Amino acid sequence: MLAKTPHAALVRLFDEVGTVDAVGVEERVAKYTTRSIKKASKVKGLKLATSMVDLTTLEGKDTPGKVASLCQKALQPHDADLGAPQVAAVCVYPSMVRHARKALGSDTGVRIASVATAFPSGQAPLRTRLAEVKAAVADGADEIDMVINRGAFLAGEFGLMQDEISAVVEACGDAALKVILEVSELETYDSIRAASFLAMRVIREGDFIKTSTGKTSLNATLGNNQVMIEAIRDFYLDTGIAIGMKPAGGIRTAKQSLQFLIAVKETLGDAWLTNERYRFGASSLLNDLLRQLEKEKTGAYQAPYYFSEAAESY
Amino acid sequence: MSRLPITKTPKPYVGGAFIRSESGRTFPIKDEAGNFFANIPQCTRKDLRNAVEAAAKAGPGWAKRTAYNRGQILYRLGEMLEARRKEMIDVHVTLGGPKALVTKAVDTAVDRLIYYAGWADKYEQLLGNVNPVAAPYFNFTVTEPMGVVGLIAPDRPPLLPLISLIAPAIVSGNTVVALASESVPYPAILFGEMLATSDLPGGVVNILTGFRKELVPTFATHTHLRAISAAGVSAEERRALRLGAAESVKRVRFADSETNWLAESSQNLDAIRDTLEFKTTWHPIGA
Amino acid sequence: MPTLAEKKTTRPSRPAPELIFGDLWEFDPAPETADPKLKPRYDLFIDGKFVAPKSGKYFDSINPANEQKLAEIALAGRDDVDAAYAAAQRAFETTWGKLPGRERAKYLYRIARLLQDRAREFAVAETLDGGKPIKESRDFDVPMAAAHFFYHAGWADKLEYVAPGRRIAPLGVVGQVIPWNFPLLMLAWKIAPALAMGNCVVLKPAETTSITCLKLAEILRDAGLPPGVVNFVTGAGETGAAVMSHPIAAKVAFTGSTEVGKIIMRSLAGTEKKMTMELGGKAANIVFDDAPIDQAVEGIINGIFFNQGHVCCAGSRLLVHEPVAEQVLAKLKNRIKVLRVGDPIDKNTDVGAINSREQLNKITAMVASGVKEGAELFQPACKLPSKGFYFRPTIFSGVSMSHRIAREEIFGPVLSILTFRTVDEAIEKANNTAYGLSAGVWTDKGSRILKMSTELKAGVVWANTYNKFDPTSPFGGYKESGFGREGGRQGLLDYCKLV
Repeated sequence: MLAKTPHAALVRLFDEVGTVDAVGVEERVAKYTTRSIKKASKVKGLKLATSMVDLTTLEGKDTPGKVASLCQKALQPHDADLGAPQVAAVCVYPSMVRHARKALGSDTGVRIASVATAFPSGQAPLRTRLAEVKAAVADGADEIDMVINRGAFLAGEFGLMQDEISAVVEACGDAALKVILEVSELETYDSIRAASFLAMRVIREGDFIKTSTGKTSLNATLGNNQVMIEAIRDFYLDTGIAIGMKPAGGIRTAKQSLQFLIAVKETLGDAWLTNERYRFGASSLLNDLLRQLEKEKTGAYQAPYYFSEAAESY
Repeated sequence: MSRLPITKTPKPYVGGAFIRSESGRTFPIKDEAGNFFANIPQCTRKDLRNAVEAAAKAGPGWAKRTAYNRGQILYRLGEMLEARRKEMIDVHVTLGGPKALVTKAVDTAVDRLIYYAGWADKYEQLLGNVNPVAAPYFNFTVTEPMGVVGLIAPDRPPLLPLISLIAPAIVSGNTVVALASESVPYPAILFGEMLATSDLPGGVVNILTGFRKELVPTFATHTHLRAISAAGVSAEERRALRLGAAESVKRVRFADSETNWLAESSQNLDAIRDTLEFKTTWHPIGA
Repeated sequence: MPTLAEKKTTRPSRPAPELIFGDLWEFDPAPETADPKLKPRYDLFIDGKFVAPKSGKYFDSINPANEQKLAEIALAGRDDVDAAYAAAQRAFETTWGKLPGRERAKYLYRIARLLQDRAREFAVAETLDGGKPIKESRDFDVPMAAAHFFYHAGWADKLEYVAPGRRIAPLGVVGQVIPWNFPLLMLAWKIAPALAMGNCVVLKPAETTSITCLKLAEILRDAGLPPGVVNFVTGAGETGAAVMSHPIAAKVAFTGSTEVGKIIMRSLAGTEKKMTMELGGKAANIVFDDAPIDQAVEGIINGIFFNQGHVCCAGSRLLVHEPVAEQVLAKLKNRIKVLRVGDPIDKNTDVGAINSREQLNKITAMVASGVKEGAELFQPACKLPSKGFYFRPTIFSGVSMSHRIAREEIFGPVLSILTFRTVDEAIEKANNTAYGLSAGVWTDKGSRILKMSTELKAGVVWANTYNKFDPTSPFGGYKESGFGREGGRQGLLDYCKLV
């Protein structure tokens, strides 16, 4: 009965999708941090990163007013003459979707993403999670950020994990789906790679895989970003299906975001240097991007209080 | 009327067999009194080539033996020499060795084999080590035998230096092709018989008899010999061996000409190290 | 759940997916601007002083990145080498040889610290002089050189632990000749253990890369190292021969090609000089089907394109397990496309300039032979600077063991790919060479790693990694890759005699 044990299932999955050497990945990504991005290329990178931000607030104390101001920030991050683009999306809890829709209106380039499926633990009956997804979509969410069933994955019940994702895909309708692996709970790069493949096989072109909820101790790192974008690359070259990527949590500085973009440029190439395929789940990142853009423009380092508040979480 | 004794035809031990030279040539040696003693095979460069091939064939298997097993086999070789100690001493005396001195030399030869036998499963613990590199890697250095080692024994004394060269080379898994004393080759031939009965796999130790002038140049240039360990070689021979070594970047060790082979100081860990390579392996520490 | 292979068969009919590594987000030039503090002219460093060569002759050192002259370097003749040896012997007899180990240690610690103080300046000088990317000289060569001094410093007063059961003593004066691929690092590898052990040194750097050596002389002077303990003589082959064959040299240490190593061994055949030789290589980098493939690809890239492939232990022969050969080649091609080839002083450059025109010509000729012998060539379409010596990263697939590019050391950014089917075949192919410096093996199976490590005839085995170095880790070859070790406790054994 060995073959039916979860361990054997994991072994088979690793055999199929390949394993990852942790030290090797970390050496690879350390090289991204030595890249030196200057002048026009820096401005371009900062603007690109800004356009990829899923400006996020995910707190129990969120209010319609907080969400409205977040939406204002998303639409116009700073003085118009800075030339900063709008962010890709705002990311809120399902109960805040309708408030966000109200604040943004319907004729907007900024999308509304919502973390459904009993975020962040996912520990609710499937029907409850699906109902939450449908409600968020009905309230105007363009994108759903779901969490996978980590327990099922770690127990080797891959079919269950994939079936749940498939059910969410269906519940999404036209909304795009971002599948949060919650990498800190998967723990190893091997598992992150394997879970990426399991997810990608049941989602659609234009959907995303995402690192984290931002609610655990370890969030997006260059290392787990690398493992996931390599999985996306391998899946794309194998099937022709382009999946997007969203690192979330822990990316607070403009410099960090540029390093993630360098990873994308050198691993997935130009076709992923767009917010249709790459996002940052972040809140404080946006202001640092704006500060750096302002600094590039004026040549002077900027005090943080020149930039309007953004959400504190993430 | 006394019985006519059967004399033994001296044949060197090569590839686990007792051979004559492929050339069919021999040279006579005399005993102390100047009487004919025996015809000794005059090995040629082709015999050397064959011996190297035998040694190369035996090498991987010998090196893969456990250290414990190699130690026991060297110990067994000591047992064989001890058992035929009297015969070995008598032969030395017959060929002109002073009795007291050769007795000491043969006894020391036994002790030397026992000394190196004991090193088999210990030298690695002293020569190899783990290296604390400044990165997340497990890094360790181990030793490995060089492969086929050419040994050139001094002309005299005929046995103890030969054994003092053989033992530290083979204890680590090298196989050897040794050139015996030219003028007193018989003890080395007799030692070959002990090698044959000692559990040592054929080809691990190969002993050639013959003329240094003829054989040293081939020892020098044979590229499959990965190292030369020599004692009692002339300046001219040293030069030839070094020149030849250059062609294949061969390792060459010359024993100090002052070496007192009877002394304990002539046996040491460094003699083992001289025919070892160091290999360092890196592996990441990650999950 | 469908496997990857099964998915392939159900793929909708559309053009094969490709990645685009274009110029959507180009990087602006990012030159390192620290001042290398070069002098227009460098003299010899003998007996603690900078002295003009007796002949009065100098030669130019150029920047291979743009062929511009950087400085004039003194050409040492035989009499200059004599003076250097005389100074070294005097120092050995009067100062250095008498100094307690703990005092020698302090000098070496000082050297390490002073080098760290001036690290960026040295890195820039190294890159300008040798053509290697600034990120390598900054992040590898210079810090590693300092680390070697720091490591060996600590040995100087602990030498009784080096050779178990034996007392050891310095040899006296040692002559050292080093190559152009890691000028400062090789210098550190050579002089740190020699000095820790109590020897004095006459060293000759390679003629194309003398500058960081002579800058280090400034540090030796600032450290207050007694005059004559270390002497630098610059020049080409003739100077090197004088250093290697000098009667005062008790030992010579050489790092360079196997060809020159053999010449030195021949020339020293009549002498009793001790020798260590760190020579060429043609390392096999072996990838099994269960390897972590993306990290293996990274290791292959690092193995052959690090320092433009001017690395004696470069993983120049890639042996790939047949089941993954196609996949590995495809990934390598994508990876090689994002290597940034160009001005070494740019902080984003991954592959810099070839060290000299001569070396560029050699590489070009070897690559031509690979094409002629029927191997399949792949090079990325990167733009190369118009001035200077550059060569595109190159991959040859379909290589067989008899091809020249599979047997001869190219010493450039050129990878030859061969395949294998079984473990035994991999070992056989890896060991089927006169060289034996290093090897790489990539597999997820622990016992196989140890098996491969045991069977590969090489002094350094990198398992699931490649081109890693550390002062504590002995480095050196089997067979015609030389003898002796550098680094670690074992490296010290080559700079002492047993007494």
